[in-house]
Amino acid sequence: MTEKNYTITSEQGIHARPATVIVGALTNFKSDVKIEYRGKQANLKSIMGVMALGIPNGASIKITADGEDEAQVIKTMDDIMKKEGLAE
Amino acid sequence: MSIMIEGIAASPGICIAKAFKLQHQELHVEKKSIINTAEEIRRFEMMMDKTKTELEGIKAETSQKLGEDKAEIFAAHLLILSDPEFIQPIKDKVTNDSVNAEFALKEVAAMFIGLFENMDNEYMRERAADIRDVTKRLTGHLLGQQVASPNMISEEVVIIAEDLTPSDTAQLNRQYVKGFTTNIGGRTSHSAIMARSMEIPAVVGTKNVMAQIENDMLVIVDGLEGKVIANPTEKEIALYAKKKAAFENQKIEWAKLKNEKTITTDGHQVELAANIGTPADVQGVLENGGEAIGLYRTEFLYMGRSQLPTEEEQFKAYKTVLESMEGKPVVVRTLDIGGDKELHYLDLPKELNPFLGFRAIRLCLSMQDMFRTQLRALLRSSAYGNLKIMFPMIATLDEFRDAKAILLEEKEQLQQMGVQVAENIELGIMVEIPSTAVMADVFAKEVDFFSIGTNDLIQYTLAADRMNERVSYLYQPYNPAILRLIKNVIDAAHNHGKWVGMCGEMAGDEVAIPILLGLGLDEFSMSATSILKARSQISTLSRADMMSIAEKTLVMKNAEEVKQFITSNVLRG
Repeated sequence: MTEKNYTITSEQGIHARPATVIVGALTNFKSDVKIEYRGKQANLKSIMGVMALGIPNGASIKITADGEDEAQVIKTMDDIMKKEGLAE
Repeated sequence: MSIMIEGIAASPGICIAKAFKLQHQELHVEKKSIINTAEEIRRFEMMMDKTKTELEGIKAETSQKLGEDKAEIFAAHLLILSDPEFIQPIKDKVTNDSVNAEFALKEVAAMFIGLFENMDNEYMRERAADIRDVTKRLTGHLLGQQVASPNMISEEVVIIAEDLTPSDTAQLNRQYVKGFTTNIGGRTSHSAIMARSMEIPAVVGTKNVMAQIENDMLVIVDGLEGKVIANPTEKEIALYAKKKAAFENQKIEWAKLKNEKTITTDGHQVELAANIGTPADVQGVLENGGEAIGLYRTEFLYMGRSQLPTEEEQFKAYKTVLESMEGKPVVVRTLDIGGDKELHYLDLPKELNPFLGFRAIRLCLSMQDMFRTQLRALLRSSAYGNLKIMFPMIATLDEFRDAKAILLEEKEQLQQMGVQVAENIELGIMVEIPSTAVMADVFAKEVDFFSIGTNDLIQYTLAADRMNERVSYLYQPYNPAILRLIKNVIDAAHNHGKWVGMCGEMAGDEVAIPILLGLGLDEFSMSATSILKARSQISTLSRADMMSIAEKTLVMKNAEEVKQFITSNVLRG
């Protein structure tokens, strides 16, 4: 299991568009990927799960990947966070 | 007789065309018992694939017609269809409860829609519409029914609908659809955003266009004022045809002024601000080049509900507005209820003269719990932007002093609790009662600013009830009596180094603007869609010339003379 914490720095938080990018990019990974915010967990492969968390600017989130390709999952997340301007 | 319907101006512009009512047939889902659930799940998966293929098609078409970013919504819809948290529970329900897929879909979708609709963020609430849209499409396929879509239209029309789903708006054929109006929705709903990007006029949130308008009626959609007129008279058609042509020509010119300052030919600068009612209106203010919010009418927070809004609800609304304005001034008017605006849950006795009765600051000073709640919410929000507070309907200096004392008490309490409050919140009053306009020099020593509310100032000065059509001829903004009162207020303020704004209809009026500019008004607050027009007008005027023009209007005999003088010497000059 691999974990990584991020602090969201985008004005609108993780809203529909970046959520779409994240979920779309993770769909084909084999690992279970979870996102945690304020003690609530959601499946990061679920667009509604992610949006339902309503993650705002400044939020601290934790992403957990569990499976054979978990390292690539975290690397992909790093890339997306940077590219979408969601977190440093 | 024409039918006039008011709503929310969602996308600017004017169109005149025949009504086309978009009636979505109700998809009727019945609960059925299924024996072979494995087969039912296979059928469900097949229809999911069919729906996905269809969405891919719409996405591609939207991307081509409206651009990549507008197609993103359909990428989101496709993801909902691939969402394990959405699809798996549906399959589980079919298997465990032995029910048909349509029914399982309906139940699971309702759960998610409920979840999103209950979020305290407007943006998230509107995502419920996405789930509804996808569910409808999939249900249509499961039932083997063709879902009605607006791409079948082949003549120029105005679309009349309960609401437009993202797929409806994306499929609107711009060649034929000249505008639309809906029963529900707000400025940030999908349909409104799409309408603005398609640059077709739209009025949403009318509550009753579906009930009042029939197919093929001629309809005018005025996306500037948020008005819909069905069965217009010849006169109305001519008026709006003119308005439409003027709007389209000038739009091109005005757009150039969006990020400009408002400066006369001789270098005098004024501030153009907007009047708003809800946080959702801020977007329109920024899009139209507003330099500030000159009047935030907080009563909308209190209306259309069954109890008072909490401090937290108010705080969130104020904070949103202040943050969205990014440091530009925001003048918030404390609760102005009474008169024509009632709150049924306060259960106040009916009055014979509500405009002269127990309203606005009078009511707030008496119902202090309610007033203090609002002031605390405002004070807490002050840390997030450039907040200014003003009290409505101030008639005497004591009222202002009392209201100010309450504000300072609440401020001190919050600060003692360690809550961050901005240090220098400017405190002003509405000038809408003649006694206050006359005594402006006395008030000017104690307030930080004045905002002249012309709608009420005119009705009180000429003693003419705004709601009574038989005396509506006395509603005379250009009456020299009004102009003299305005001059008195501006001079008094300037003598004490204070500023004066105006937040009535008059501030955005092309006849009044030259006079107000001449009298020295500092801030003009109007509906957002009037700002660029006003900026354009002011940029062609000279302050020095307007000062002598204004001087002359003050000694004229009546409103008509003033209007004619401005029309022939300034507007056509």
